[in-house]
Parts: sequence; structure tokens; C-alpha cells
Amino acid sequence: MSENAILQMENISKSFPGVNALNSVNFAVRAGTIHALMGENGAGKSTLMKVLDGIYAPDGGQVTFQNQVVSIDSTHTALKLGISMIHQELSPVPYMTVAENIYLGREPLNALGLIDMRRLQADTQALLQRLEIDLDPAAVMKDLSVANTQMVEIAKAVSYDASLIIMDEPTSAITEREVAHLFKIIRSLKERGVAIIYITHKMDEVFKIADDVTVLRDGNHIATMPVAELNKERLISLMVGRELTEIFPKDFAEIGEVILSVQNLTRKGLVENVSFEVRRGEIFGIAGLMGAGRTSVIEGIFGVQKIDSGQITIKGKPAHINSPADAIHQGMALLTEDRKLTGIMSSLPVRDNMTVASLPSYEKRGFLDQKRIEKSINEEKDRLSIKTPSMDQLIKFLSGGNQQKVLVSRWLMTLPDILILDEPTRGIDVGAKAEIHRLMCKLAQEGKAVIMISSELPEILGMSDRILVMCEGKVGGIFERKDATQEAILEAATGQHLPQDKEYV
Amino acid sequence: MFKEQNMAGTTTTKKSSQIWSREWLKAFLRKYAIVVIFLAMCVAMSMMTSAFYQPNNLVNVVRQISVVGIIAIGVTMVIITTGIDLSSGSVLALAAVLAASFGQQPDWHDAKYPGTVFPLIVPILVALLVGILSGAINGGLIAKFKIPPFIATLGMMTVARGVALLYSNRPVSGLTDSYNFIGQGEIFKVFPVEGRPPLGLPVPVIILVVVAILSHIMLTRTRFGRYIYAVGGNEQAALISGLNIGRIKIGVYAIAGLLSGLAGLVLSSRIGSGQPGLGMGYELDAIASAVIGGTSLSGGVGTIWGTIIGALIIGVLNNGLDLLNVSAYWQTIIKGSIIVMAVIIDERKNR
Repeated sequence: MSENAILQMENISKSFPGVNALNSVNFAVRAGTIHALMGENGAGKSTLMKVLDGIYAPDGGQVTFQNQVVSIDSTHTALKLGISMIHQELSPVPYMTVAENIYLGREPLNALGLIDMRRLQADTQALLQRLEIDLDPAAVMKDLSVANTQMVEIAKAVSYDASLIIMDEPTSAITEREVAHLFKIIRSLKERGVAIIYITHKMDEVFKIADDVTVLRDGNHIATMPVAELNKERLISLMVGRELTEIFPKDFAEIGEVILSVQNLTRKGLVENVSFEVRRGEIFGIAGLMGAGRTSVIEGIFGVQKIDSGQITIKGKPAHINSPADAIHQGMALLTEDRKLTGIMSSLPVRDNMTVASLPSYEKRGFLDQKRIEKSINEEKDRLSIKTPSMDQLIKFLSGGNQQKVLVSRWLMTLPDILILDEPTRGIDVGAKAEIHRLMCKLAQEGKAVIMISSELPEILGMSDRILVMCEGKVGGIFERKDATQEAILEAATGQHLPQDKEYV
Repeated sequence: MFKEQNMAGTTTTKKSSQIWSREWLKAFLRKYAIVVIFLAMCVAMSMMTSAFYQPNNLVNVVRQISVVGIIAIGVTMVIITTGIDLSSGSVLALAAVLAASFGQQPDWHDAKYPGTVFPLIVPILVALLVGILSGAINGGLIAKFKIPPFIATLGMMTVARGVALLYSNRPVSGLTDSYNFIGQGEIFKVFPVEGRPPLGLPVPVIILVVVAILSHIMLTRTRFGRYIYAVGGNEQAALISGLNIGRIKIGVYAIAGLLSGLAGLVLSSRIGSGQPGLGMGYELDAIASAVIGGTSLSGGVGTIWGTIIGALIIGVLNNGLDLLNVSAYWQTIIKGSIIVMAVIIDERKNR
């Protein structure tokens, strides 16, 4: 393999306070191939790639790129060598145009030293055409969808004439159709001899697009092999280091009385006349395409956004919810979709991140009861097996999966009756995913109602007792578990055919 | 923990314990770098001039920082919420002239309320209320009208100074002895050396210490305190966690205002008159103290003890450079450089 390797990273080590992120890792990529980099959250994928991209300086090890030992001390150096990276968190300059974003920092200049707008526009047009991306170079970034922003980032990476492009979970926020387009672009890059390192959590994608796979676990290199020699089960067991017996550990709970009832919920332009009921012991899935209004419904119920009309009844009593505080008071909890934006408080330690929603219950004569807090958070840490060196560790130093567990425990500490989980396993490794699924079942068995929004159909089908499918802001259908098939849900989500459950209409 | 590791004794564990202790030292320095810098500065000053470490001078330094220190505590809380308060110096002046006018001797030739004697509690309450009110207006503008803190408090900075001048364009002097005790008094007086001036604990310093302790307890041990960090850590997440963001912000700015008012009371009493021009630029010294002390302008991070050390660093610097006869121009240049350096160090250790 090493003869035609474009990149070789040898014995790369990197540690952070309290964490050994990379342990003498070896990683090689063959020229002109697509190489998937897999591993659970915290396995060291992102750290390894940040070393390669010059964001982190490794504690030890050697990087050889195109047969030359190189020292990459900044992203700038990486780009000059021909390595460009598309980060998971996109960072466009929102008020600049597509063209200005792509050529930021290397704008073509005219004779006067001013930016040559015409050439900038033309170059961008040519680049986008070559990649078959249908976008106006003069469009302002902030007006683009997530998927299109992603496409611009890819165009930008390509525009550097990179011979190695790193893509960190490029499909985590885009739809199936856009994924297909992305894959087409990736394949055409490959044909032109560009090597691609592809980081993802999605198994199917690996088998669809990658040539080789490298698996990391706990900062160690576990295996590198051609995809052809692998199957899904083998890959999962390499990643988690043990056999996962079933992917969706669904346990059935006794279904109790109706605890939450939503009647004709409407938010103008977003959600129209949505009605449904959720019972104790039930896992209630909400499916739908992006922009179908799943999150808008939840934000309305939880008081994050004002609703225009509709009636919410909790435990048989009409509930007036004007703020998240009201919702929490009514026994609801909301794990939001975007961990970074609306979930973690990155500058604060694990402790505060856990307790923030339940502090009122730990108050004693105006002061916080530190002993009881200490006891509770340690119980939560054990219950969810959260890996952190201490409760005083800043949450930003935890892996994504552990951050998510901290957020789940934040809500469990409020002792909710109704748990709303918006994409609870997005961007989380298989191990943590299974743990969260098991926890959901356990909570349902304790008589709580669990509402789960998910874009992953297998997850919806595997976990839910009933499924609400949203379609363009309306109810596209409500399915019993036994009637729910992939096809039926997709039909309801795309509105081609509207099956309706009599009980709820 | 250390003991156990040393007792294990074998070469391998010895090695690991060495690494461990180096890590520990690193962690210690990361956390207490500012204390080490402060102590190093004190040692350096002492070596350059023996006048620095005289007990009277040390008391003097602490007295000098007490007014800015009180303001800086409030400013620290504001900055933790990702806000800023530019109005503290002006609110100080407004509180000073108003409070002083209720603390004048009744027969003073220029008395605002001739012939009336107010009990001491009146000027004290006036100063605190003026502070709370100005702060609450700041908080209200920021929380309810979504005005950036920089702009809202910049407005208050100008308005409060104007109101102070409107109320009295001359110094409000002739204050009663009891009023003056707040800023000039000392307790626990001792006479360490025959013939030297007595050494005592100045009242402003006691006020600063009490405010600092209460604030520290509030920030670390009460719900409101933790909410201040949560709002600064991630406002959106705090909202979804059921926090009333508006109420928290108004509360924080009101506390900052209250402390500016208190500082106004102390300063007017210390110089024996309430003047509308007092406290110019104090807001910047207060912000500098907080930032030197490790408070992050991006929010969620900051401690009261850090801010007090920050204020002490500025105080020792001012005092030491004075003693060394460094020109005032140079002093400002050195002060500015130290502030920037402190932030650079802070940025580095966060990487």
C-alpha cells in the first residue's frame, strides 16, 4: 500500500489535558482513492484530521505527503501542499456572496490592485459549472440552505486544486437527493486523481462510496482494509470493539393513558392544524423531510416559539405554555437538535451543564444544596456512563457522544413525564446511539412518554410505537408500528398519497 | 494522592508520578497564573524601592483600589453574561453628587438643603437606589429592547453624567463627619512604630472585602449566580433550560449599578465632596481589572477573586510606578501594555 500512498501519517500522538486523543496512530491513503475514516465519537478521527490540516500540532510522529516529509503548522501550509478540509461545522461569511466566500483571501486583482469582480464572478461560474452545482455566484451566503452552503464549501475545497480533500461528515445535514449529488461530485474528483478522506457515521455511505476504510478506537489505529473485504457487522464490531447484537434494542412498555394532547396547532407559514396524542409508556416518532415542520411543532409545544392557535392538553388539563420555563413546569423536557447552538454551554464545566435546568429543586433557604447536587450528578454520570475525567472538566473537551449524554442527563434531572428528543442520535457513534436507544425504552417503561424526531428512517421504524409523519407543515399521516413501512412513511412524507388514521382525524 | 504514588516506589510508577506532578504544576499555573504574576510584581517592586513594602504603603494600595474594585465586581458579573457596562463611572458620579447633597452639614454656606440634617441612612439609600435604577434601565434596554449592551450602557454613560451636572455643576462639599467616615475612617488602629502615622484598616477596604465575599458566594452558591454563568455560556441553551433570560440580565445590570452607586458613596466621602466629574474612566479600569483577572469577554468565564487580583495588579502598578517617579505618561503606556499582555496570556492558555 505504501508505494502509491499520497499520504502517510506515522506514529502520530496528541494529548489534551486529561485525554490521550491519539496514541501513535498510523494512517495512509492511496492516491486517487476514497478512504473512509471511521470510529466512534472520541475515537480520534477529528483530532487526526486536525493534525493533518495544521490546526493541532502533534506531540509526536511524522507526516509524509507526496513522498516528502512535511511539517504542517497551519491550515495555510496544508492548503499550499494541496490538502484542503471541509469541516463538519460550516463557517461561511454570511453577508458575502458565494464567489467572495470561495475565493476569500485569494481574490483576483486588477491592475490597480483592486478586486477584479468580473473575473471573480467568471471563475466561480466556471468552477460551479464544472461541479454541476446550480448556484448563482452572486447569491449571498446567508440566504442559502444548509445543503447549498455545503456545496459551496466543497467548491471552495476543489478551487484550491487540492490533491487531497478531507470531508468531515459532509452528509450530516443534507437530504438523500443532495447526498446523491455529493457522491457524484466525489466520484468525479476521484476520476481526476484527487484522494479523499471521508469521515462519516453512516455505514451505508461507506459501502457505497469508499475504496478503503480505516477504523480508529479510543485514539488507537484498529484496522485499515479495502471496503470489499468488509461487511456492516464486521465494521461495527471493529468500531465498538465488541459485537452489537441488535441495532435497535426495542423493548415494549405498557401503554398508559394519554398524557399529551395537541389539537390544531398552527404556526403561520410553518405548521398548520397539527393534532396528535401521546400516551404514557409510548415512544412516539415524528418523521418527515427537512423543512416539513417537525422541529417547528416541537418548538411550539415547548414554548420556544409562539403558536398562533391550537390547544395543548397535558394530563387532561389545558396547558398555557408561553416559555420553555412553563413547559418544564408542566413536566416536559426538550433535547434540541443542534447540540452546539442550543445545547451545550461550552465554556462551562460538565457540572453546570448538567444542573442548569433543575437548579430550583436543589435550592435550600436561598442557597444551592451542594451535597445533594453532587450526589445527583454522580448518579446521572453512572446511569448514563458518561466518560469525563471530572465534573469540573469543561464540556467542550468531551466527545460528541458524551456531550449528548450530559444533555440527556440535564433533562432527566428535571424528572420529566414527557421527553422530547429532537434528533437524539445525530452525529453520534453506534455505541452511544445504542445506549441512548436503550435509555429511551427504559424511560418509556417507567411510564414516561418519549417523543423522538429523527431523519433516519430505520431509527424511526426501529424505535417507535407510533409514528407521526409531517408533510409540508401538515400531518401527513399517523401510523401504528405494525402498519409502518419505509415505503408508507416516505409516501406520507412526500404527500403523494395520504393515508389517514381514523382515530386521530 | 501524591503520597500514595510516591510510596509505590517502583521505577515505573516513579516516572508516572513525575509526569503527573508536572501535569499538576501545569494545571496549577494555568489556573493561578495571575496570582503568580501578581506576587512576582510585588517582589519586583519591593526590590526596586523599599518604600513599596512599608505597611502604610501597602494599606494605601488597597485603599486606592477599593473604589474601582467595587465597580469591577459588578462589571465582572456583567461581562460573564457576555455584556459590558460602560456607564459605571458616570453612575458613580451621579450617585456621588446626589448622596453628598443629603450628607451636607446643615449650616454649610452652599448646602443644597440648608438647615436640614438627614440621618446617614438617607444618603446611603439614595446612592444605592440611584445605582440600582440606572442599572435596571441598562438591563431593561438590553433585555426588552434587544439593544446591544455596548450601546445601551454608552447611552447611560452620557446621560448619567449629564444628570449629575444638571443636579450640581459645582462640587457638593461640607459633608458631615459621619458621612466622611465611610471613605476616610479606619478601624482596628494600631501604632506599630513610635512617631509614625497609625496603621488601621480603612473602611472602604472593609466594604470591598464584604462586597467581594458576598458576590463570590452569590456567584458560586446560589441559583441566580449559576444562571449568570449559564446565560453567558449559551443564552439559547439557557432559555430552553427554562431560565428567564430577561429577568437575569436586568438583575445583573442592576447589581452592577448598585455597586457603582456604592462606589460613588465611598469616593465622595473619601475626598469629602460629591463632584459631577468624578469617576471619569473608572469603567475602563474596572473592565481592565476583570479582564486581567481572567474574565472572558466572550462570556461564561470569570471569578471575583480573579477580578480583585486584577484590580490589585493595576493598583500595585500605579503605586509602584509613582514611587519610582515614572512619569504619568509612561504609566499609562505601561498599564495599557500589561492589559493587552494579560489577555494574550489568557488566550494562549486556552489553546
